[in-house]
Amino acid sequence: MHELKAMMAGSVWEVCVEVGDKVEEGQDVVILESMKMEIPLASEVTGTVKEVRVSKDDFVNEDDVLIVID
Amino acid sequence: MSRNEDLNRTKERIEKGGPEKYHQANEDKGKLFVRKRLEILLDDGVDVEDAFFANGLDKNFPADGVVTGIGRINGQKVCVMANDSTVKAGSWGKRTVEKILRIQETAMKLEIPIFYLVDSAGARITDQVEMFPGRRGAGRIFHNQIKLSGRVPQVCLLFGPSAAGGAYIPAFCDIVIMVEGNASMYLGSPRMAEKVIGEKVTLEEMGGARMHASVSGVGDVLVSSEEDAITYARKYITYFPANFRSKPNRMQAFEVQTYEKPISELIPKNQNAPFNMFDLINRIIDEGTFCEIKKLFAPELITGMSRINGQVIGVVANQPRVKGGVLFTDTADKAAKFIQLCDAFNIPLLFLTDVPGFMIGTKVERQGIIRHGAKMLSAMSEATVPKISVIVRKAYGAGLYAMAGPAFEPDCVLAFPDAQIAVMGPEAAVNAVYANKIAQLPEEERLAFIKEKQEEYREEIDIYRLASEMVIDDIIQPDTLREELIKRYSIYQDKNVQFTERKHGVYPV
Repeated sequence: MHELKAMMAGSVWEVCVEVGDKVEEGQDVVILESMKMEIPLASEVTGTVKEVRVSKDDFVNEDDVLIVID
Repeated sequence: MSRNEDLNRTKERIEKGGPEKYHQANEDKGKLFVRKRLEILLDDGVDVEDAFFANGLDKNFPADGVVTGIGRINGQKVCVMANDSTVKAGSWGKRTVEKILRIQETAMKLEIPIFYLVDSAGARITDQVEMFPGRRGAGRIFHNQIKLSGRVPQVCLLFGPSAAGGAYIPAFCDIVIMVEGNASMYLGSPRMAEKVIGEKVTLEEMGGARMHASVSGVGDVLVSSEEDAITYARKYITYFPANFRSKPNRMQAFEVQTYEKPISELIPKNQNAPFNMFDLINRIIDEGTFCEIKKLFAPELITGMSRINGQVIGVVANQPRVKGGVLFTDTADKAAKFIQLCDAFNIPLLFLTDVPGFMIGTKVERQGIIRHGAKMLSAMSEATVPKISVIVRKAYGAGLYAMAGPAFEPDCVLAFPDAQIAVMGPEAAVNAVYANKIAQLPEEERLAFIKEKQEEYREEIDIYRLASEMVIDDIIQPDTLREELIKRYSIYQDKNVQFTERKHGVYPV
């Protein structure tokens, strides 16, 4: 089980995956918007998306868990 | 037995280091014997070794726990200090400290680089009065390191623990290369932490190689074996002169690696979209010459030495692919140390700018982003080596300043045709200036108004306008960047500038 966390504060620009999706290590799974920049967050593991804890436009703080991958 | 035979036997015994069981224990952890490490690091092993007989008459010691001497790397003379962890876990006694001090003083006299191969349990508490507090006690090692800093390159290869006071040896080096799984640094061990403050952690969490290379920033390079650490160190030192008086050696020039996409097709027109700055770096440097420092720490900024047409340069580049290329407190620390390193040893600097600015918010304010940013600006500003600033895409706010903007005496500021230089980007600016007005407008008119104002703003900061105002020195085609840099560095290399007259600045740290 792996938790993908926000590396900086910002809002959710796009969630690129759904629960049940297979993801590869290095694949972008969430894009944040912060400091007017699009910030892609890649999965650090290969696996299946178990939980999506955020949706578009949510504000997130640094270290908030966004997605759980099994 | 004659005295000659006796000498040979004694030498053989000393060369073997500590008891066999400790050699075995090291081997089990993938650790090489100290003399083997030196054999691989140096062209022909240690050429000259002094104080070989230190502790020779002590019944409890096969030899002293450190080997010091002079050898060569790629032909360049270097001093070495290498702990022997088979002797009392490489701990420091009176003679260990004296040996280290002497080799440092030799490096100072000869003005040649010094390598610290660290694998030590720290001070030998039973010997503390002789080795800890005095004029030639362990403190003097750090005093010498501080004196050597910027005078000759100081390289640390961390193969094992570097505990308590010993952890300051890596801290004062220009670069710390750590072997994952074996290398560690900490002031207090996990055992001590549990006793004194009640914290329960593993050694890896407390001071492991990966933690230091990615979180604390005390480590610079993470490698998976001792051989890799040595290979990196041998490559690293080729970018440096022997001391601050000379320039790095020019090497054979290599062509740039070929790619299908040229630079001009690489950079997204949308200022806010991510792109990978390594794709640009690889298209301007000699193939295979990038030597990255602090790859895992603050990756929103890329720092490393490389060669352009055979000449060494230090690259400081924003990485929009990570955290939008925004500058944080750690980013500023990373940049400041790297810039100082290059400036100390006459390595010209290249700033590749694509930066939305310094991070904002309570978290970074509490961390002191202002003083950290000031530290980066100080280092950049003080650097008198040739400095070229290239505005790749955007340079907003203090980000422009931190990346060798026009006010900080770079030799030139070049910009790509789509570059934007401004206090802030169009979205933020329009919002800042017209927030009240936008709120008063009927909702259906807002979007059109915002778009119109953003367009006006873009025209206001158009790169031709800035070139016409002589803010930047030239606008260049992205695909000609390499040629432009080769030409300009060859001109600026004769630069001779003293920053200012004083004892030293009062640094924001």
